[in-house]
Amino acid sequence: MTRMQVTMTVNGDEVTREIEGRLLLVHFLRDHLALTGTHWGCDTSNCGTCVVWLDGEPVKSCTVLAAMAGGHEVRTVEGLAGPGGQLDAVQRGFVECHGLQCGFCTPGMMMTARALLDRNPDPSEPEIREAISGQICRCTGYATIVRSVRWAAAEEAGTRTEQPADELASGPGGVS
Amino acid sequence: MTTVAGRDSAHDSQDGQDGRPTAFVDNDQKPCGHGRMLRKEDARFVRGKGRYVDDLQLPGMLHLAVLRSPFAHARIVSVDTTLAEAHPKVRLVVTGAALAEQGLAWMPTLSGDVQAVLATDKVRFQGQEVAFVVAEDRYAARDALELIDVEYEALDPVIDVRTALSPQAPVIRDDLEGKEDNHCFDWETGDAAETEAAFARADVVVTEDIVYPRVHPAPMETCGAVADYDAVDGRLTLWSTTQAPHAHRTLYAIVAGLPEHKIRVISPDIGGGFGNKVPIYPGYVCAIVGSLLTGKPVKWMEDRAENLISTGFARDYVMRGEIAATRDGRILAIRTNVLADHGAFNGTAAPVKYPAGFFGVFTGSYDIEAAYCKMTAVYTNKAPGGVAYACSFRITEAVYLVERIVDCLAYELGVDPVELRLKNFIRPEQFPYRSKTGWVYDSGNYAPTMELAKQLAGYDQLRAEQAEKRARGEVMGIGVAFFTEAVGAGPRKDMDILGLGMADGCELRVHPTGKAVVRLSVQTQGQGHETTFAQIVAEELGIPPQDIDVVHGDTDQTPFGLGTYGSRSTPVSGAAAALVARKVRDKARLIASSMLEVSVADLEWAKGSFRVTGDPEASVTIQDIAMRAHGAGDLPDGVEGGLEAQICYNPENLTYPHGAYICVVDIDPGTAKVTVRRFVAVDDCGTRINPMIIEGQVHGGLTDGVGMALMEMISFDEDGNCLSGSLMDYLIPTSLEVPDWETGFTVTPSPHHPIGAKGVGESATVGSPPAIVNAVVDALKPYGIRHADMPLTPSRVWEAMNGRPMPPI
Repeated sequence: MTRMQVTMTVNGDEVTREIEGRLLLVHFLRDHLALTGTHWGCDTSNCGTCVVWLDGEPVKSCTVLAAMAGGHEVRTVEGLAGPGGQLDAVQRGFVECHGLQCGFCTPGMMMTARALLDRNPDPSEPEIREAISGQICRCTGYATIVRSVRWAAAEEAGTRTEQPADELASGPGGVS
Repeated sequence: MTTVAGRDSAHDSQDGQDGRPTAFVDNDQKPCGHGRMLRKEDARFVRGKGRYVDDLQLPGMLHLAVLRSPFAHARIVSVDTTLAEAHPKVRLVVTGAALAEQGLAWMPTLSGDVQAVLATDKVRFQGQEVAFVVAEDRYAARDALELIDVEYEALDPVIDVRTALSPQAPVIRDDLEGKEDNHCFDWETGDAAETEAAFARADVVVTEDIVYPRVHPAPMETCGAVADYDAVDGRLTLWSTTQAPHAHRTLYAIVAGLPEHKIRVISPDIGGGFGNKVPIYPGYVCAIVGSLLTGKPVKWMEDRAENLISTGFARDYVMRGEIAATRDGRILAIRTNVLADHGAFNGTAAPVKYPAGFFGVFTGSYDIEAAYCKMTAVYTNKAPGGVAYACSFRITEAVYLVERIVDCLAYELGVDPVELRLKNFIRPEQFPYRSKTGWVYDSGNYAPTMELAKQLAGYDQLRAEQAEKRARGEVMGIGVAFFTEAVGAGPRKDMDILGLGMADGCELRVHPTGKAVVRLSVQTQGQGHETTFAQIVAEELGIPPQDIDVVHGDTDQTPFGLGTYGSRSTPVSGAAAALVARKVRDKARLIASSMLEVSVADLEWAKGSFRVTGDPEASVTIQDIAMRAHGAGDLPDGVEGGLEAQICYNPENLTYPHGAYICVVDIDPGTAKVTVRRFVAVDDCGTRINPMIIEGQVHGGLTDGVGMALMEMISFDEDGNCLSGSLMDYLIPTSLEVPDWETGFTVTPSPHHPIGAKGVGESATVGSPPAIVNAVVDALKPYGIRHADMPLTPSRVWEAMNGRPMPPI
């Protein structure tokens, strides 16, 4: 198998590796860089547990060749927290609102949520559901993920109240 | 029996016991014990620092890939591995014939049947393991699979469970001596004659054929393992995706002939289990063999297709339900005949004496006069499994049967389905209640739970809305389901897995400075045990939960027990955690009496400290006591140093949580697409350890219900090709298919459980499919439809609306 050299920026650090041309980005991150927060949950590009950013855009890293990321910037869940290790508002939202259980879909979900909030700081519940609709979670039933993203949005807008639950809790009527 | 009721919300933190609100709390101000508490697990998961099996990289580690059968049923003529062995990165190729020489080609299943690790004589389902390769990297291992040449001689497959027992059907299990048909087992429960008599007296008898189709738990993380055999010490370490590490260790000892003390099974972070990770799969055994033969660590990680086509499926019950009642709606008896498809090997994970699991609870929440079930299980050319996907050992099927057939009765009688249920409920004063199939329900107060669901849903307004919509030609349905679960297996005199009694150990050690570690035999797969078990101990000992570490999933470090499935963690291991904490507290009391120089009778426990009755100033904290227990000061006569205890809890009964679910669906009359618009779920699992976590459990289970009722199915063509081998075909709900859930609760404690807590994790998966199907059928009432089988996809609903209901098999 022909090998090639690839150089890319991952979470701000430039990395260069010898790889096979067919290597998937998800395996490059996990097996070659030991960034195992990004997961692999299906073979058909449906589940989104592998979502990372490529030049600021969420992509399914199981559907990108590592070679294609050469010369580009990749950001993974390990690069989500601030320089001092302080958690991003999205990460805190997932903790505060119980937006995760087994944690397997969580890194991908948070990367998408962060990208959404960067573009739309005040997304509605349908907008959040649309944004994460390319990703599957088996544990949470999604409602608490939606709350988590709303929590982060409110936190960043400075509009989160002491009892944020009141505005985020499910009420009668739900969403049709 | 107390019943407290309330409504869940994001930060509702009623602890359920006394209704005391604990308000919104952050990580530094958690209640010391039961109540809403943020999860300890989250810190690593949100940073990408969880450690799942495939994250593990060991020096020199090799990768294993499995060659699988393209045929459902075929004789293996020859296997040529020459080219694969010549691949420069391949270290090992193993066939069934090679395993047979070591006596490892077959392994026992959890049901006492055997299953091929690698096929030797023939393949019996598509996707069955035929050979494996160990190579230097995962890509090379997959390459080498392409280089193995297997010659098959195709045999006719047995796919339709309804023809599997015909004399013409090919015999699948000719490996079993003298086996001349595809019969797996028969099972019955209840009293046939009494039931016959009750049916004879009935004014109304309703019969309906009800299928619970084959589905799959499909955890986001597939199954996998890393085996590391150390030839010098003769020690095997196996990291694997197992929900039952101790049971697996014992079975590996039996299968591989390795001494049990030289086997260490580690279940690290698991990316969801949902029952998929209870059985032992051939891949685990192959990884062990690979490591034994190469002397290197060997990793096996299956892909999604392998997970869907070869690991434990769920359900696949073809049921005929019959219900007998008086004209005024008093249910007299329920009878059912079941044909169960077990696939090619009986790999069902169920207690030995319960080959049909706990299907016997099919009489549900109703006080009836008689019941009878006759079941036949058969082999087909499909993957093994059956018990999985939050079924609580077949209670999904039992609850689906009873809740559908009761709705069919309501349809025939023309009565409201809620009223029919209320009329027939087991009454609170009847508990503990012995059902007609011999199950002793521990406690229940059903009517208030149903009333709360009605109230949260605005049931009467919904019916009015439905009437208006029907008048306008809109298609709207309201479905109700009321279930009684049976979880917490179980009493060891009745329940064992291959001879291992279903008790659970727990060890608690309090360090000199008052911090503690509690070691469990159960294994979380996302259910939050690291948080809630700390809360259980915190409630009993008054040590803050942040100061209590929960250790689980490592057979070298934890006491023996049977693992997490069947919602058994809280009923069994949760009881053990409370009792081991009380054992430590009893010892602490002795030490406190010497520290305070009073008799133990003069001491009273105030969460976290002992104080002298009548002298609140004289007290010692549990932390003070821990230091004394390890210190130089005097201890009472006969009291050893240290502050620790262990226990093995043998439950006296299961716990029987219950719930009332109401679902509202809208159906587009032009496309027959079903939308779940609202879902109200009221659960009663007794004492609530952490309401936030329960709510999350319920949300997840309700989503399973939407998947099963509307989308999910593992299907086959007539040649036995599995048509659902990827997430392109096996449809799992996304954020767009589910509503924002509405949950509530009532509290009816389990009288036999040390803290009154019942299991709950599977309740929503059990209770929601009938609620959704009942809603769809209710919507289709104007079309004259009394029943339609899952999954209620647009095409299937369309056929039903046009008078052509389709069975799903």
